Amino acid sequence: MAITSIKNLKEFSTSNDRFEGAHTLCPGCAHSMIVRELMNCTDDNLVVSANTGCLEVSTAVYPFTSWDTSWIHIGFENAATSVSAAQVMHKVRKKKGTLKDNDAPVKFVAFGGDGSTFDIGFQWLSGAFERQHDFTYICLDNENYANTGGQRSSATPIGATTSTSVAGTHSYGKKEKKKDIVSIMAAHGSPYVAQLAPNKWKMMAKGFQKALETEGPCFINTVSPCCTEWKFEPKDTISITDLAVDSLMFPMYEIIDGHELNILYRPKNVLKVEDYLGAQGRYKHLFKPEYRHIIDKIQKDIDEDWARLQRREEARV
Amino acid sequence: MSVEQQDLNLLANEKRGRFQLEAGQDLYGWNEVTQGSVLPAFEGDASNVANQKAEERNYSDYNSYSATVSSWRVIKPVFNIDVCIDCQNCWVWCPDSSILSRDKQMLGIDYDHCKGCEVCVEVCPTNPKSLLMFSEYEDLGDALASWPEKKKKEKK
Repeated sequence: MAITSIKNLKEFSTSNDRFEGAHTLCPGCAHSMIVRELMNCTDDNLVVSANTGCLEVSTAVYPFTSWDTSWIHIGFENAATSVSAAQVMHKVRKKKGTLKDNDAPVKFVAFGGDGSTFDIGFQWLSGAFERQHDFTYICLDNENYANTGGQRSSATPIGATTSTSVAGTHSYGKKEKKKDIVSIMAAHGSPYVAQLAPNKWKMMAKGFQKALETEGPCFINTVSPCCTEWKFEPKDTISITDLAVDSLMFPMYEIIDGHELNILYRPKNVLKVEDYLGAQGRYKHLFKPEYRHIIDKIQKDIDEDWARLQRREEARV
Repeated sequence: MSVEQQDLNLLANEKRGRFQLEAGQDLYGWNEVTQGSVLPAFEGDASNVANQKAEERNYSDYNSYSATVSSWRVIKPVFNIDVCIDCQNCWVWCPDSSILSRDKQMLGIDYDHCKGCEVCVEVCPTNPKSLLMFSEYEDLGDALASWPEKKKKEKK
């Protein structure tokens, strides 16, 4: 595999962009930061598939395409299916020798939002992982259905207000906890599963390269702050990600072969979750005295999850 | 740095930004799009794209490189090469692939694809910042002339 050097940013910046501008994602959207980074961290040919979501509708505004690689879109839920079909076709044609360039390395990547990964496309994703296709699935987790107006998804954390879990006098927003997708995908026996964030670009690029290199289905959940639905200024995308990672709302870790858990980033100063919640409009109501207990609950959940991750890292189970 | 050097079409391929992407244009409805259509991003051979710079590529009209979103912007980033330390933070976090970097050097901004989100200004580590937001109608020369002085660290 032709790897772009990611030793430092200067060397990384010599790679040629294969994700073009003039897509119609919101200004300051983290989706394109993540996609650009994936496409820049390798020189191999890529076959990309995308679920319906912000990324798909914004990068394929007919008659334009923002992708300098092969890109397929079929339905809302089946990026994993279409890319696994492409991968099998490539394998067979390589065996028969009917490809134009038989030796050119090709990597298969599927992108999905959190709605199409956690909820709608989960069955298809699970099937593709069970069949052990050689591809990398990247979930761009912005914790709601941002494309259709910010409805709740099963990735929305407890306490967040969305257009279908509205906070008010009788409700504090969503009442259920977020689904632990990383553990679920690791339980499929995937060789590489990770949770990464775009503010630590080197860790993310390393994770992407590792996933592309690894044979078999790999899953990466990336945090993608959504300025429109999380309600913050577009310029704060990176600082919000910093807060998310440093408050351990999104711990960065990888799970190899379903049991070998490594924590990739331990913040020097762990921030209180209030700092992260207070920076966004969707948690504004939690700071009212009647909903204050939800913040304590979120903090307690985070502490428990972090302790559990550390125990898993030690125990290797 | 003179205004001529801060060329608005820096490193532009002749295809760049020819189509305006905005409300009011002739958009295609969902039932007008050709079913199963294939849009080639390049004219001719595209097998070596990973090793080509944008200005060397043979983009087709279907590539969004040939579209522009400059009309989305109300504020624009202005780049001051004298202060820049080429850390490339802006390059890695620009969501619109609008930072023009060649041979480890930051050269300028692609104003056809920039949406003015201000992320590059936020992540710039220099003092004063080498990227600052100015109003869209502000002249580049005037903007560079009004660049702030280095801020001294406040003693606690």
